[in-house]
Amino acid sequence: MSRAVPLFRMEGVSKRYGGVRALDGAELTVNAGQIHGILGENGAGKSTLIKIMSGVVEPDAGRMMLDGKEISFASPAAANDAGIVCVFQELSLIPHLSVADNIVISNPPKRFGMIDRRKQRAIAKEALARAGAADIHPQALVKDLPLSRRQMVEIAKALARKPRILILDEATSALTASDVSKVFSVLKRLREEGLALLYISHRMHEIAELADMCTVFRNGSNVASFATGTKSGNEIVEMMIGREYSNVFPAKTPPVLSEKPPVVECRHLAWTDQLRDISFSVRAGEVIGLGGLDGQGQRELLLALFGVLRGVSGQVLIEGQPVGIGSPRQAKRGEIGMALIPEDRKTEGLLLPMSVRDNLSFAALDRVSRGGIIDGTAEKSHIDEMIRLLAIKTAGTDIPAGALSGGNQQKIVIAKWLMNRPRIILLNDPTRGIDVGTKQEIYQLLRKLADEGAAIVFYSTDYDELIGCCDRVLVMYDGGIHRELAGEEITEHALIASALNVEEASVDRTRVAGA
Amino acid sequence: MKDWKYWVAEQRGTLFAFVTFVVMFTIYVSNHPAGFTANVVQTAANKGVLLAFVAMAQALVVITAGIDLSVGMIFILTNCLASWIVVGTPLETALGIVGVLLAGLACGAVNGLIVIYGRLQPIVTTIATGAIFFGIALLLRPFPGGGVNEDLADFLTGKIWGVVPVSLLVLVAVVLLVWVPFSRSVMGRAAYATGSSEAAAYMSGMPIRRAKFLTYTLAGLLAGIGGLFLTFFTYTGEAALASGNAYTLFSIAAVVLGGVSLYGGTGSAIGAVFGALAFRAIGDLLFVFDLDPLWQPLFQGVVLLIAVSLGAFALLRVRNKLDWFT
Repeated sequence: MSRAVPLFRMEGVSKRYGGVRALDGAELTVNAGQIHGILGENGAGKSTLIKIMSGVVEPDAGRMMLDGKEISFASPAAANDAGIVCVFQELSLIPHLSVADNIVISNPPKRFGMIDRRKQRAIAKEALARAGAADIHPQALVKDLPLSRRQMVEIAKALARKPRILILDEATSALTASDVSKVFSVLKRLREEGLALLYISHRMHEIAELADMCTVFRNGSNVASFATGTKSGNEIVEMMIGREYSNVFPAKTPPVLSEKPPVVECRHLAWTDQLRDISFSVRAGEVIGLGGLDGQGQRELLLALFGVLRGVSGQVLIEGQPVGIGSPRQAKRGEIGMALIPEDRKTEGLLLPMSVRDNLSFAALDRVSRGGIIDGTAEKSHIDEMIRLLAIKTAGTDIPAGALSGGNQQKIVIAKWLMNRPRIILLNDPTRGIDVGTKQEIYQLLRKLADEGAAIVFYSTDYDELIGCCDRVLVMYDGGIHRELAGEEITEHALIASALNVEEASVDRTRVAGA
Repeated sequence: MKDWKYWVAEQRGTLFAFVTFVVMFTIYVSNHPAGFTANVVQTAANKGVLLAFVAMAQALVVITAGIDLSVGMIFILTNCLASWIVVGTPLETALGIVGVLLAGLACGAVNGLIVIYGRLQPIVTTIATGAIFFGIALLLRPFPGGGVNEDLADFLTGKIWGVVPVSLLVLVAVVLLVWVPFSRSVMGRAAYATGSSEAAAYMSGMPIRRAKFLTYTLAGLLAGIGGLFLTFFTYTGEAALASGNAYTLFSIAAVVLGGVSLYGGTGSAIGAVFGALAFRAIGDLLFVFDLDPLWQPLFQGVVLLIAVSLGAFALLRVRNKLDWFT
């Protein structure tokens, strides 16, 4: 179906965040009465694309046209007014307000200048029914609803705005199977009604079932658009791969086989519905990668090991001995010796206004103090050693950590934990948003630490890193370990295919973790 | 669940405050030597209403996850101003009242402008502006003094139909004229949304800044009404630092007791009103039990701590410890 003027068109749209090109000359055409699937691996530019379309961020370059007329949005509200509504993956609901309040939030019905609650309820009921969620009471508070119900409210909220283009970003990731089929029939009905739907999902079979058209993104650009069903799953995975491979990784040292029990071993770890039956072990000298799509439980797994989560079931063994780790303080103690390099260095890793010295010695104060008094000389020698080891570029140890570059800040976070001489190092996406040079240094450091006998668990959203750094990769899906790849099996193709849960012949036989 | 159960869930904080008040007041009245008489109620009402206005002011700001440490000083400043201008003929008195209310409004607007457009933290901003407001109050009344239209004062602090305290009626009127329209307006909803999750409110295209500005401004107005009533009760103006500080701190206590979360997003000014009345009743319990007034701060502190602890039970359900800090 080709129309002279598409409903929506975007041309040459680019967006940079600092030094990172999130979107680079992207093009997209959306037609009314179609469901358009968007595919791409982590960081391919999908989220930036929809943020630009829905007015959350403004593009640096390029233009967008609605009905052939050029448009730009200053805010999400402006995009809503133009008829582009997004159901966000990170929920946009207000927890303490009721379902009805949330559904009409951008444009509540009014009488005498006040919100007409009766009418609001009627609108909410209708929107919920349209979204196939008539079982949700309009007066329930959003915070009391489980995640899957909230997602349905989010969809109802979008529908209440009478959109012409509805964007769904991973809208089904939090839903139960019965909800998914309900949402699908709703989406198909909306297509009949002439809406344009943009459907972003990591689940290939959902795209295959729903979408009329697909567009694949890679490195911030659209690489191909095609009618659904004309390409095989394998071909699509090929299109998603293809980043340039750079030789920045240190050589892997083959793991030494030893009789000693693994440094850390998990048996059947589970936590709420976000971690399911996770079993694996890490030996001294091994670098284990956690792969998979963003948000499949990797972060929770690291937090669970580090004692941050409550109510974790299963067993953790350190050198064969079962241990209970109830808090980060316990985890870092000598007999366990664990360190976690957190994901968000600005809030969980560093105290930005405090000095480089203070930041470095926080985790290791026990080592440099006697009787509760900090020994300045010992502290200084430890710190100097770390600054040398990691080549931290700082004008001195007294300047605030916030004054350093992102890469050097991240080095401080790592150095701070190394001062404790940990045996088990957990890293949560440590290279996100830092420059290539620093990344390279971090890779070399990881390998060096492993060679010295540390056990390393390394979560990364960057597949290249997993391939280049890890001896084994555990690919997570939906809170469980979906596949374990080792040695030569760790290829981009295998990583993406198993992350997307695509089963096909070209992936070599893989072992299932814990089996 | 039935419809009313959802209503209860939504209004839990306010209902908790109401029940606390009823229990405390019942204990108070039943042990009062004079019993449940119009005079006892009138005295209790007049004392409670002052704090109730200031607590309402605080509640508005707290709902947006802010805090206003200048409410007590606006209360004192408007008291000092009123002791100059709410005098004379009925017309002059009326203009004086308008002047006092505008002054309160202006104080609140200043807070709002600095917090929102200056992007300063509410706690620091309002400590500073509070000091300024008190400074102006001192200039207005270096020594206690001044006066007020006594006919009006006597009427507003007296009883109507022989039983109902007029101050209570004014309180109800203010709730109906200020709080109810606010809470049902788009701005009111935006205020709740901002307090509950500012990011989500932004993503939903809510008028966050205007809503915050309005809450600070209305808080100034409500504190000003409180200051006006203080003048009606005392017939004078006094720049009393201790009193201003006490009202600021008590307003926070009343707000928490009234089921308004300091994290923002929940509770109502009506809850804060009951919180204030309950707080006053608790403070007066000692007198009816004939205990030494020396015990009052200690006793009040303990009761407050218990009330706040009730709110902390939610933390026991948290399963990711990082959620404690967000």
